Amino acid sequence: MAFESLAAFLSMDGHGPYVWTCYGAFFVLMAVMMVWSVRRRRAVIESCRRRYESLESRDVGATTRAAATFTRVNVSQD
Amino acid sequence: MWQIFHKLGSPKWFFGIATRLMPWLLAGGVLLMMAGIVWGLGFAPKDYLQGNSYRIIFIHVPTAFLAQSVYIMMAVAAVVTLVWRMKLADVFVKAVAPVGLVLTFLALFTGAVWGKPTWGTWWIWDARLTSMLILLFLYGGVIALDRAINDEKSAARAVAVLVLVGVVNIPIIKYSVEWWNTLHQPATFKLTEKPTMPAEMWVPLLLSVLGLYLVFGWLACLRMQTEILVREQRTRWVREHVMAGRT
Repeated sequence: MAFESLAAFLSMDGHGPYVWTCYGAFFVLMAVMMVWSVRRRRAVIESCRRRYESLESRDVGATTRAAATFTRVNVSQD
Repeated sequence: MWQIFHKLGSPKWFFGIATRLMPWLLAGGVLLMMAGIVWGLGFAPKDYLQGNSYRIIFIHVPTAFLAQSVYIMMAVAAVVTLVWRMKLADVFVKAVAPVGLVLTFLALFTGAVWGKPTWGTWWIWDARLTSMLILLFLYGGVIALDRAINDEKSAARAVAVLVLVGVVNIPIIKYSVEWWNTLHQPATFKLTEKPTMPAEMWVPLLLSVLGLYLVFGWLACLRMQTEILVREQRTRWVREHVMAGRT
């Protein structure tokens, strides 16, 4: 160890505030950027999934509607 | 050769490789960074001139190094975008520009906080500091330009040109400490010479630089995957991938 006690480590001979400000900024910004990137990827996947699901249900709806309108073709055409 | 090139350009292929690489990049990066930082903060000897404030170097140098290195990677990708129209290269530029911005900001911020006890001032308009500030604006410009253009292809080309114009700043940053009289100290690592620091100081520094490279690699893979998902959401493979839940 380069320091004799925890207090000496924290104060760094008076340079503590400078050193710890830098490390604090580094860890906070890196963590925010990493968490934000993970969340954004998850959000994109989620929105894709919802879109595909709505497309699928529309496809299903379209086929059943088509089958139904086939018998009532005059009604649906006006 | 051309086959490999085409494969590399395929977003689907990249997506799979990135998924496999990412856990290793993150684990390795965090481990190396932690080792470098703990060693640098608690065990490396005090600097005889600057005292303990020099311990900021273990994050200042990695962020400053990566900030420039990311820009060079973006410039290479910009050439690939312009010459071969490879989609993946443009995806890379867009995915990493915000990371570069944050790294450059951190380099400037830690530098300013280090400057106060060492030089007696937070900021001075000297060559190294000013050229680093220009790098920050370049990253901001790349992000803004990309957002301003709606058409994907024109945005890719405009951004690539801006990145290439800005690359002239990189040698200015690098040699600013040699060409002009600046307050900033000369480079810690040089490829051609042995470090002027003792090993107990430069080994942890090297560890944290390598660690940050790996963390950047992880971030780049993750953000490129996100960008690929957005762009390719109409393709069959993305649909299959998302619906299979292999996220």
